[in-house]
Amino acid sequence: MHELPQQLVNGLLLGSMYGLIAVGYTMVYGIIQLINFAHGEIFMTGGFGALAVYLWLLPEGTTMWLALPLMIVGGIVVSVTIAVAAERFAYRPLRTAPRLAPLITAIGLSLALQQAVWAWFPGGKNSRTFPEIEAGPYHLGSVTIQSGDIFLLAAAPICMAVLAYFVRKTRTGRGMQATAQDPDTAKLMGINTDRIIVIAFALGAAFAAIGAVAYGLKYGQVNFRMGFIIGLKAFTAAVLGGIGNIYGAMIGGLVLGVAEAMATAYMSDIPGMSQLGGQAWADVWAFVLLIVVLLVRPQGLLGERVADRA
Amino acid sequence: MRNRSLIAITAALAAGALTLTACGSRDDGKGKGSSDGGSTVVTIGVDAPLTGELSALGLGIKNSVDLAAKQANKNKEVPGVTFKVKPLDDQAQPSSGQQNATQLVADKSVLGVVGPLNSSVAQSMQKVFDTAKLVEVSPANTNPALTQGEKWDSGTKERPFKSYFRTATTDAIQGPFAAQYLYNDAKKKKVFVIDDKKTYGAGLAGTFTKEFTKLGGKVVGTDHVNPDTKDFGAVVTKVKAAKADVVYYGGEFPVAGPLSAQLKKSGAKIPLVGGDGIYSAEFIKLAGKNGEGDFATSVGAPVEQLPSAKSFVDNYKAAGYKEAYEAYGGYSYDSAWAIIQAVKAVVKDGKLPSDARAKVTEAMQSVSFDGVTGKVSFDEYGDATNKQLTVYKVTGGAWKPSKSGTFEG
Repeated sequence: MHELPQQLVNGLLLGSMYGLIAVGYTMVYGIIQLINFAHGEIFMTGGFGALAVYLWLLPEGTTMWLALPLMIVGGIVVSVTIAVAAERFAYRPLRTAPRLAPLITAIGLSLALQQAVWAWFPGGKNSRTFPEIEAGPYHLGSVTIQSGDIFLLAAAPICMAVLAYFVRKTRTGRGMQATAQDPDTAKLMGINTDRIIVIAFALGAAFAAIGAVAYGLKYGQVNFRMGFIIGLKAFTAAVLGGIGNIYGAMIGGLVLGVAEAMATAYMSDIPGMSQLGGQAWADVWAFVLLIVVLLVRPQGLLGERVADRA
Repeated sequence: MRNRSLIAITAALAAGALTLTACGSRDDGKGKGSSDGGSTVVTIGVDAPLTGELSALGLGIKNSVDLAAKQANKNKEVPGVTFKVKPLDDQAQPSSGQQNATQLVADKSVLGVVGPLNSSVAQSMQKVFDTAKLVEVSPANTNPALTQGEKWDSGTKERPFKSYFRTATTDAIQGPFAAQYLYNDAKKKKVFVIDDKKTYGAGLAGTFTKEFTKLGGKVVGTDHVNPDTKDFGAVVTKVKAAKADVVYYGGEFPVAGPLSAQLKKSGAKIPLVGGDGIYSAEFIKLAGKNGEGDFATSVGAPVEQLPSAKSFVDNYKAAGYKEAYEAYGGYSYDSAWAIIQAVKAVVKDGKLPSDARAKVTEAMQSVSFDGVTGKVSFDEYGDATNKQLTVYKVTGGAWKPSKSGTFEG
């Protein structure tokens, strides 16, 4: 079991990434009950946006310490622009339509964004290599941490703290809570709900872009399909944590990430389970966990028990 | 509870979407009709992943077949016959492959198909082609069961489909060849075996493991990875804890590249070894400088070093294709040329026989010529008689041939 600390760190890192993306699913769902399946692709475009800044806007040989903040800004600009445009032109016209209509729109948008990057980003048909931070690895006892992981370890808690402050303390954040509780009454109270919804999309996209930069730094590459599976996992994390609850999204992500790492590492050591262990089965165990949690707590780990609203 | 059921519907849709990853194939509209200004038009179908993560290999196949057809037309290889190429994209998905197979069968001018890249895709196409008696020559499938039946391992070889041929060597030779190289030449004794559970990857890992343990090597751990993920943190930690001195990966470069990089970064300074599926410049790009010292086996002798391949390499350059010919270029050219030769054998005075497809399939069995990759001919199972393999090592950011040979079991 001497590898346990390292496996926990592996799981927490993966989970932080899920959490950063899950926030986008959960905020949009909390306010307009839309599961934005294009969010995984918003995440992906954020990664390509950051890469584009590095490739074409910065002089060659810029150190990562200088490049990284600019890349994050570039990624956020791209993903927020796409998310806001999607909200304005794809989702807003369908807001009063039956709920399946925007859902299918989201799936279509997801495929369209994938194909757009595939077709138009130079070299986008293959994986593009992402710049790495030349430092580390760092050793803490038996745990090894990569330079790319440090960004994720720092970014996830900072982002969550900023979001928590924003939602609780600012006027817009409280407007967001009010809209989530009852959009009609919120409107009567003078809250511009359209604006609140746009902000929810934009915030989710910004978090996804930060997650995408972390993804690029950690895995050294971005590709047009990177958002698909990870988007589904993040959605799972959001449901696990209690969809609609921003803290739940982060907790759900961490639980899911650790569960996957543990399943990969130890499931095959249990007698009689050797065929059901390993990384390929990790997803199965992650979903078993989801089902068990939803059986015991249908509202998710931190979800509130409300009759008709999540 | 309305929202709860919405989530249920959504989950079901998500599962559906998983199987529909980026559907839709492109058809550039080539190869319609069967006569062109008096001469007979024969279409050679190509099925390979032209989009997606394996497109680097697939586009190399497409271009090489295209080059073969152009050369045949230019040199009037078959008098009275003009060759056309109809490339279809299978996205490395068995379901798309089968659709493409049906589409190629429906086009009456198609007399032979080159492809696919993936053994799993081949499994879904074989029967469609065999029913139509349309010949299929794969430049890249290495799974032994495709030609020798599911029970090839236990000694009862039986050819399942008479219309399926390949110019690539099988994993029954490739896996053991890698095992011998690692054990005898590279002096590696403790291996961690990982595969992606696909037909190709799992098969290759299996034949490798068998020979490696027979030689006296030890398998200190195994794992299976999901080819859609890029996070191998947990797997890499297991490899490190198992104290392996080499990792064997059965699968393709989109996983192998990041896996190698994450392995080295975790502090395990051991090489990753794979088969022809990782022998691609894309692997080195994905692994970065961490790929240095990794090995791959690939079918045949290095194309660049064969005298027979020189004109292929030159012509490929001259034709100005945007993509490199990659690992299977020479084999794809030879596969297409084998079809051209089989067509040549059945054409009389520029006219095709009425049952051209069946005749071409028959003729394929006795095709024999000196191709890009050496002598091209097929044994009673449809396998290439040329069973050469080469070990490549990443040296200075490029694949460098390290040892050529074959496995005598």
